[in-house]
Amino acid sequence: MNAPVPDGWNLFRNPAGHWCLEAEGVSRERVCVVRAFPIGAPTGAVCVLDAEGHERLWIDDVSALDEVRRERVEAALASREFTPVIEAILHISSISTPSRWTVRTDRGITDLLLPGEEALQRVGARSLLVADADGVQYLIRDIPALDRTSRRLLERFL
Amino acid sequence: MTRTLVDADAWSRAASAELRADEVLLAVAETDLDAARCFAPGAVALTTSRILSLALIERRARVVGQWPLHDGALTLTDHAGVASLDWRCGDALLARWEFRLGLQAAAQGLVDAWQRWREGDHAARSGQCRACGIEVPVGIALCEDCAEDERPPSTLNLLRLWRFARPYRSRLLLGFALTLVATAATLVPPYLTKPLMDKLLIPYQNGQDLDRELVSLYMLGLLAAALVGWGLGWARTYVLARVSERIGADLRTATFEHLLNQSVSYFGSKRTGDLMARIGAETDRINVFLSLHLLDFATDLLMIGMTALVLFSINHWLALVTLLPLPVIGYLIHVVRDRLRRGFERADRIWSEVTNVLADTIPGIRVVKAFAQEGREAERFRAANRHNLEINDRVNKVWSMFAPSVTLLTEIGLLVVWTFGIWQVSNDEITVGTLAAFIAYIGRFYTRLDSMSRIVSHTQKAAAGAKRIFDILDHQSNVPEPERPRVLPPLEGRIQLEDVSFRYGNRQVIRHLNLDICPGEMIGVVGHSGSGKSTLVNLVCRFHDPSQGTVRVDGIDVRELAVADYRRNIGLVLQEPFLFFGTVAENIAYGRPEASRAEIVKAARAANAHEFIMRLPHGYDSLVGERGQSLSGGERQRISIARALLIDPRILILDEATSSVDSTTEKAIQAALDNLVQGRTTIAIAHRLSTLRRADRLVVLERGEMVETGSHDELMARRGAYHALHQAQARQAELLLDEVPPGLGSATSAEGRA
Repeated sequence: MNAPVPDGWNLFRNPAGHWCLEAEGVSRERVCVVRAFPIGAPTGAVCVLDAEGHERLWIDDVSALDEVRRERVEAALASREFTPVIEAILHISSISTPSRWTVRTDRGITDLLLPGEEALQRVGARSLLVADADGVQYLIRDIPALDRTSRRLLERFL
Repeated sequence: MTRTLVDADAWSRAASAELRADEVLLAVAETDLDAARCFAPGAVALTTSRILSLALIERRARVVGQWPLHDGALTLTDHAGVASLDWRCGDALLARWEFRLGLQAAAQGLVDAWQRWREGDHAARSGQCRACGIEVPVGIALCEDCAEDERPPSTLNLLRLWRFARPYRSRLLLGFALTLVATAATLVPPYLTKPLMDKLLIPYQNGQDLDRELVSLYMLGLLAAALVGWGLGWARTYVLARVSERIGADLRTATFEHLLNQSVSYFGSKRTGDLMARIGAETDRINVFLSLHLLDFATDLLMIGMTALVLFSINHWLALVTLLPLPVIGYLIHVVRDRLRRGFERADRIWSEVTNVLADTIPGIRVVKAFAQEGREAERFRAANRHNLEINDRVNKVWSMFAPSVTLLTEIGLLVVWTFGIWQVSNDEITVGTLAAFIAYIGRFYTRLDSMSRIVSHTQKAAAGAKRIFDILDHQSNVPEPERPRVLPPLEGRIQLEDVSFRYGNRQVIRHLNLDICPGEMIGVVGHSGSGKSTLVNLVCRFHDPSQGTVRVDGIDVRELAVADYRRNIGLVLQEPFLFFGTVAENIAYGRPEASRAEIVKAARAANAHEFIMRLPHGYDSLVGERGQSLSGGERQRISIARALLIDPRILILDEATSSVDSTTEKAIQAALDNLVQGRTTIAIAHRLSTLRRADRLVVLERGEMVETGSHDELMARRGAYHALHQAQARQAELLLDEVPPGLGSATSAEGRA
């Protein structure tokens, strides 16, 4: 199957708050915009799926788009993605799981409940995904770049 | 479950303050994200005429927006762990609140309240959950959900081992008494140094005669003390080692039994190597700790206490000086303890990593070899080992410093005693014998301290091990046994799924499924992979509990039944049949070990397995390997069908039972299955639609939702999702027909049923 790359396309949000894609004369409601490699290459390829989950548009490189389109794609991604990036671990309730962590993320300070050690998953050599008990995934982008306290707290689980 | 920065009642209070005269507050749901999806506390409140949006302004809960309730619609959706509650009017999105899934239950309560309001029920329901302020839906104790918090940290894990030691407490007491006496016996010889010096050797040096009688008396005393010490020491080690071995065995068994009761999803999320390491190595480590190190430690403590007593009874000034380094050493131990414990815990985790590589690679060896990735796996193992080395090197750095430091302190202590002792002797305050006795005592005394310092590492290792064991033991199965299970009457086999939803992590796998299966009916479940077919079956088997809704059997909620009682009524035939190591007969009789040979043969015949079993070298007594490797896929499948037939279940589940075999074998299996299905409630999952030709009703699943249901002909006539699936398979079958020689093609075309 070839990647669908129609010549002209238009991504917009309708009044009901759903994202729509117009391509090759067809307008599709409730499309999803997703990144192909959200952690490995977050700024790279993006794909638009229709409501049935079929691929309708493949964007090889978002940064190569014109400004209007790029902003729309990024807005659509933002309305769907939720992976707070942990910048610091401020406190942990216990070193045995379940453990409640207080973390500072790019979206503010919050609590998360770590259900078990297996909820920490290494992605690549330096990053770590933390899945909390509610299924939200938090990302630690660069473990060695964390501050000393955070690293020490984290080390007890790795 | 999310802890908020605001008092939970604050939202209700703020909303109540806004109410008009005839307005009643129906529900409040907390939110924890703002419009930019940053963490910020907020809430939505539903009243009898409005929907209110609340946020925190200057640390106070305030109403920031409101919409009249008429002609709007409230919907709750979620994606990637974030739920969103939308308020729409016609086609326009008026408001959206977002929050993490932990708060979803409260939001669902709000949506329910809104739906009741729309249906004309304007009364506020009683029984609100205190923590989240919403109504508790009938039959679900949401409050527990809100109150559920993390369990207290188990730092005193070793003490928790007492639960396993309790049954042996009399023997433990005996062991302790023996330790006490044995230690006392070892204290006798140094005590005798004092009179040996003062009454015999020094007078002899000063020209007096040796009292030979006294010499032999002292020598006998020394010998007797040594012999008694030896005998008692042997006895207490024997008694206590036996006990600790039993405690270790109990611990292992208890952990394994607990593990077996965990739900299937628990095993899905844990790695085999890690679990094996925990049950095997960790229990062994705890065992060694109890039988050796703890015993030594107790002896050491007794020795120090008793020695101190003796020393003080001889000369309290010298005793005081001798005991001076003790607090210093104690402090040193305390400082290092923390660092070492962390180090050892990490070392344990790394060790699991090493075993994990083995557990991943060995079962998957064919894939590894086929893709020529031996080098990569070796590198992975090497990396894990390197990691292991690094961690251990770091721990050892601290540890290696520790023991010599204790020795140094010991030497300094000796120096102090010598100096102070000589000074006291020169002042004629003590005799040479007293000093000699002191030196003899503290020689033992400080070596004890040295070995005691070693206990730190052993204790920390054992505590880390105990923690990892208790991690398993503390984990409550998420398929809990009911407290008072209902007695299961002989089943008819009616299965009802009522508004069942299931979420795996943050993925919604089943959505609001309603299905009523009559006793004896055969239901075929079809759909693309990932449509939730296997999850549906897992819910019926109660391998998982639904996140929402109920599964009923003969009208009884399966959660009210004892898990094992219920599963006894289910026969399961899987795509990849698992055969245990043992004979064919044992494998067939796995679900009913007491079955007679005649019954086994009957089941095998019905499963079309009898003939090939008879062709095996030892018939029913042929051994089949770990995964039944000497048998073909179809043969293993027929054994597993015989296994299901033998327990004569009312409910039968066929999960892709024929999809891993070729079409000829499929026919043989199909014939066996037809025997099996007779008169049982059957849920069959199949990718190949032809397998389901005998189904009374077909259910088409798409992304967790039931999109169509009906007989084959009805669904074909409807030209919907089933029709599309069928066409796709027919096309595939035609393609195959073109490729294979005509003789082989017939089975394939029959399968397409085109």
